[in-house]
Amino acid sequence: MTIIQFIIVGAALFSMGLYGVITRKNAVLILASVELMLAAVNINLVSFDTYLQDQLHSGQIFALFIIALAAAEVGIGIAIVLMIYRNRQSADVDELNLMKG
Amino acid sequence: METVTLTDWFREAANWAFMLIVFPTLFGAWRTVTSDNIVRAVLYLVVALGGTAAMFLMLGAAFVGWTVVLVYIGAVVILFLIGIMITRAPLGADTVLSHGSDVKVPAALLSVVLFGVIAWAMVAAFGANMIEPFEPTLTSDMANVLFDRFVVPFEVVSFVLLAALIGGIAIARKDDEGGER
Repeated sequence: MTIIQFIIVGAALFSMGLYGVITRKNAVLILASVELMLAAVNINLVSFDTYLQDQLHSGQIFALFIIALAAAEVGIGIAIVLMIYRNRQSADVDELNLMKG
Repeated sequence: METVTLTDWFREAANWAFMLIVFPTLFGAWRTVTSDNIVRAVLYLVVALGGTAAMFLMLGAAFVGWTVVLVYIGAVVILFLIGIMITRAPLGADTVLSHGSDVKVPAALLSVVLFGVIAWAMVAAFGANMIEPFEPTLTSDMANVLFDRFVVPFEVVSFVLLAALIGGIAIARKDDEGGER
């Protein structure tokens, strides 16, 4: 196995996540695309952890932290989407233009 | 660092397993960002995240891999599905999930350029360097490091998670008293 094959997959996942964040209108799907980007970061961390033979396994530990923070982010994100939906009857981020001048 | 030629790369059995994993992963990620069916998009996210978990297992990171399966596929995706079911407008107001081609074309261009820049830089930096033969990471080793060297960040993350979940409940809670939020 080479290191570059994992980095390339991570870069592809990150780019697709970016594409999803830009093009999606639905708030839940934007959060899902952000999850793809975080998964790409995790792949990079774990593959470099193995590549550098880190005795402290810092890459894997940080991947665990990212997983925990992603769970927190999704929990808050879905709560916000629910509140917006209750007030606006829509999960479309383009309709949230109340503060537009 | 030891490097490898392309023919030797294809001769290694682990790389065939890698390709078996990577194509469903990329397909799942692609359908996640392009599917017109919102439930299917989230279920394709399961495929993509399952592929990353399998890659972690290949890299000897068994604990992280199974954590991804439990936390992402077991909890986060379920949370997404609940969010979809609650915010699914019965009136059909949210049937259009993506922007039109006026946004898609620049977004695709940006993504391809970003991928190209990362891939070019990383190939220039690492080339065909091999990952040296490694021992799988034992979960007991992870525990020793996590609760010794990284115990303070671990506690901080625990408090962040607790605060986020309490905050999520506080935000999403219905106001029965009719008070303004």
